[in-house]
Amino acid sequence: MLQTVKRIGGALLLGALLAVANLPPAQAQAQSQAQQSANDAALMEQLKGKLTGRVSIPDEKSATLVQPQGREWREVLEGPVKSAGGWLLVAVIVVLAAFFAWRGRVRVEGGFSGRTVERFNALDRFTHWLTAVSFVILGLSGLNMTFGRRLILPLIGPESFHSLTTIGKWSHDYVSFAFVFGVFLMAVLWIRHNFFRAFDVEWLREGGGLLKKGVHPPAGKFNAGQKIIFWLVILGALVQAVSGYMLMFPFYVADMAGMQLSLLVHAVAGLLFVALILAHIYIGTLGMEGAFDAMGTGQVDVNWAKEHHSLWAPEAPGARATGDDD
Amino acid sequence: MARMKFLCDSERCIECNACVTACKNEHEIPWGINRRRVVTLNDGAKGERSISMACMHCEDAPCMAVCPVDCFYRTDDGVVLHSKDLCIGCGYCFYACPFGAPQYPQVGNFGSRGKMDKCTFCSGGPEDDNSKAEYEKYGANRLAEGKLPLCAEMCSTRALLAGDGEVIAQIYKDRVERRGYGSGAWGWSTAYKTGSSA
Repeated sequence: MLQTVKRIGGALLLGALLAVANLPPAQAQAQSQAQQSANDAALMEQLKGKLTGRVSIPDEKSATLVQPQGREWREVLEGPVKSAGGWLLVAVIVVLAAFFAWRGRVRVEGGFSGRTVERFNALDRFTHWLTAVSFVILGLSGLNMTFGRRLILPLIGPESFHSLTTIGKWSHDYVSFAFVFGVFLMAVLWIRHNFFRAFDVEWLREGGGLLKKGVHPPAGKFNAGQKIIFWLVILGALVQAVSGYMLMFPFYVADMAGMQLSLLVHAVAGLLFVALILAHIYIGTLGMEGAFDAMGTGQVDVNWAKEHHSLWAPEAPGARATGDDD
Repeated sequence: MARMKFLCDSERCIECNACVTACKNEHEIPWGINRRRVVTLNDGAKGERSISMACMHCEDAPCMAVCPVDCFYRTDDGVVLHSKDLCIGCGYCFYACPFGAPQYPQVGNFGSRGKMDKCTFCSGGPEDDNSKAEYEKYGANRLAEGKLPLCAEMCSTRALLAGDGEVIAQIYKDRVERRGYGSGAWGWSTAYKTGSSA
């Protein structure tokens, strides 16, 4: 009996407590909920761009709920980078073709003497071709990643394009080491010839003598144009190596913003690099008579050396032995 | 034709991770891959809320736009799928995706990524519906069986809704009206240009 009374009393007390407790908190709750909703808007506003919380998965990246900058990244890559980059390459080819049509091949004006001097030894040429071959592979596979979907995929179909791009991707990754090594060797071997000197100003003022026949401004082993290429290659390789290895080792050091930036830098610098090397290839082959021999056999004609590298020619290896005074 | 979408009602999500587990089990997802995850914002603080997130099957999908091999496609239901036979594992889609949906198995050395894996809205891939090949690459194809994604079906609080965009948006709107509050459909304004007002 007593127990029943106790139980009823307890229930009544509990009910009363609940009734008392119930009313004001309901209001408070509604209020705090309204506040909370307002806070959400404020939170969204405040965290604009990156909403990061906590996840139970051991993957830090997955804690980011939404990263709207992915959309901006896509717009920059698919918009200005690809269109400006693509048109730049087209423009470079058109300009080179127009230049060739107007100026023609730069001839050795004194004609070939038949006597040669050594311009690049075996190690120099190995370094050049190691870098050159790896650059071509990197350039073509990179261009395929950038423009292949639009230009090659419709021609060969998705399966073949997948195989091609897979080969390209693996080549791009592995050949990069050869390229970086090549540029490193180049820097070590040639840096002493590539510091700018007073006479380089004259070479630049004369446009390297490229524009007019019979004009041959002074140049050492490397002319001012080649020195510019040298430093741009060093700089370009550095930028490409840093951004490229960031991409090859995703999220090792960079966060999402770092990865996105790396890819944009890699794409832009890569396109500029290809544009630069197109001009370099032109002048080293089609654009100038006798120039290819320097990296081909390593032996250049004495007259070519005198015309294009006037300050270097007298001290070139073998210059005296071949009767340079004649 | 239905336009399939996910909607997570963060007022209801209790961070039980049943959706994550259901997804992993249904599709036999390997370790390290998470097609769906639950993110808790403001954990332990005022305004804490959890949101279950996976591929949102965007209207103008950034993954599809940046893919160098064009391996993505959209089904008649508006679901964004991809072909693992064409994917080269470059990672571009992960940089472009606002929702962190693409996942990559680690293969070989260094950071080399395998073929991308992501939420399929339980609708498989380009292979024949419910074929062995399809299951091995993409997991179950529940849509072909007339069922909705298991993550949402499993959700005990009905926080995660999956289905026709208009229908789930209406369910959410009714809830908000009844409750008098709601923090909006997470990710919708990013994923869809139209019908993101819910």
